[in-house]
Amino acid sequence: MKKLSARRRHPLAALVVLLFALAATGGLYAVLAPAPKAQADASQSSLAIEQGKKLYSVGCASCHGQSGQGSSNGPSLVGVGSAAVDFQVSTGRMPAKQPGPQVEAKKNTYGQKEIDQLAAYVASLGPGPATPTKSQYSPANADAAKGGELFRTNCSQCHNFVGKGGALTEGKFAPTLKGIKAKDVYEAMQTGPQNMPSFPDSTMPSDAKANIIAYLKAVDSAQSPNPGGFTLGTIGPVSEGLFAWVFGLGALIALATWVAARTTKAKKS
Amino acid sequence: MSDETGSHTDVPENLPSGRGGHGDEVAKPNPFANPGLPPHEHRRQDIDDKAAKHSERVVAGLFTLSMLGTIAFIACFVIFPVDKIVYIFPFGHVSALNFSLGLTLAVALTGIGAGAVHWARTLMADEEIADERHRIDADDELRENVRQQWITGAKESGFGRRKLIRNTMMGALTMVPLAGLVILRDLGPLPEKKLDHTLWAKGKQLINSNTNQPLRPEDVVVGSLTFAQPDGLEESQDDFQQQIAKAALMIIRLKPEDIKDKRELDWSHQGIVAFSKICTHVGCPISLYEQQTHHVLCPCHQSTFDLSDGARVLFGPAGHPLPQLRISVNSQGNLIALGDFEEPVGPAFWERS
Repeated sequence: MKKLSARRRHPLAALVVLLFALAATGGLYAVLAPAPKAQADASQSSLAIEQGKKLYSVGCASCHGQSGQGSSNGPSLVGVGSAAVDFQVSTGRMPAKQPGPQVEAKKNTYGQKEIDQLAAYVASLGPGPATPTKSQYSPANADAAKGGELFRTNCSQCHNFVGKGGALTEGKFAPTLKGIKAKDVYEAMQTGPQNMPSFPDSTMPSDAKANIIAYLKAVDSAQSPNPGGFTLGTIGPVSEGLFAWVFGLGALIALATWVAARTTKAKKS
Repeated sequence: MSDETGSHTDVPENLPSGRGGHGDEVAKPNPFANPGLPPHEHRRQDIDDKAAKHSERVVAGLFTLSMLGTIAFIACFVIFPVDKIVYIFPFGHVSALNFSLGLTLAVALTGIGAGAVHWARTLMADEEIADERHRIDADDELRENVRQQWITGAKESGFGRRKLIRNTMMGALTMVPLAGLVILRDLGPLPEKKLDHTLWAKGKQLINSNTNQPLRPEDVVVGSLTFAQPDGLEESQDDFQQQIAKAALMIIRLKPEDIKDKRELDWSHQGIVAFSKICTHVGCPISLYEQQTHHVLCPCHQSTFDLSDGARVLFGPAGHPLPQLRISVNSQGNLIALGDFEEPVGPAFWERS
């Protein structure tokens, strides 16, 4: 006490007191002021929506509008549902780095909690497909053979018959499905990101989607058999033809040259 | 030098120097003269009997290897079941049957090839020979002889004089091939009107290809893509492939205000449009639908159609728009066709209506 009073006339004493006063005021405000609001809507989900709205204003609003109504730079998010947000943000497609024919996947910088908050906010704008649960997308009890049939009917025209991806018009493309998480595949079918059409539960039920995921898993693993040997990228007859023409004929020409270049004469010239 | 190439009569021309004694004009060396063949060199097998015997054994060994390859091929065919998968290092998980058949057949064919090459190179005669070209046409005497024979033959047969015989014979010879031509008709039934019609008919329900359930308008949301087939078409039917190849449908939903073509809007049901899935270029299944642009791309030759504008061709070799099916709903609220396609689906053909 003596020490403190001895310094009360120090030139910096006033500044220290001021700092204490400011910290106390700010701290008290932070503790007390939001309290009535938190009591007003105490539920967990509305807190998530509130947090999501803040994240939205920072990361999304410049293109999708302050309230998700869309702008010339980005489509409306009313009714896209939480599944669309979960897909776009967790694969790093959104927020988009730059405009172009297609927004590509990149490293995701949001945590799952933040994605859930964003999704909760966007889902609150209008009803839409919800983020699927593990029991919906898990391929555990699904039929890969049936999934293969569904995949060839619905997906293979763009994504190739084993999901290797392919080109579309004007720089757009269908990405490869190799190594894509089951949840992301499910959400993409449900919501139809960018130019991909959606395959809603009304026309492709949840178990059909799980079958497709099981098929992709079956053709994607290192254990998946290739009866013919080299897959050559499983991108169809082009790579196979190229291989036959370049390496098959090339080897024959090299062999013929090697045979003819060696003399059979006793006296080597 | 002249000794080595002594078998050739034009040797002097080959030697530019030392032969210039006949005068300047004649002795001018011809730079393009035939240098003749180099002297024949023998192979070891020609001189050394032991080497020849060794070569013979090698060739016979290669042919024997080929025989063993064929036997192994047959054995593998018998041993391995068709669905057995084995792991072989650089290839991964491969079919044991495919792999062993390929390998043994390669041994069998390579054995024959390598044996034949080795035989030809080491043991068959390899003396160089020159085969001089000669005149292609016959000499004048022979030509005159043939001409006389022809004239005599024509005179004796009366070919020029008896015109009736000549003309009827030509007629008979011309008609005979018709018999062969007519048989071709039996190669198969005529297509008749099969290319003009599909299974779609008034009141036929649209069945979702994924669920085999009738499609309802509320199932089809904007931006989605669904494939449909006519009610009553089952995969177990004999002509399933022929029928689905003509009747396959792509169902999408557009906002009615996005539809630019009036007929397309009229033929839709609340913006739900049904287009043929068969490309009008060469009939590939076409369903690379981009839901933001409403373009459909054909994977075969990149024909691009605008589904918001009557499936107009935007790009590529396709000749005409994708046919649209008129749809509506029935009393149970299921989507139905209001008739067949107005025009034949798929690529153009002769007498296309």
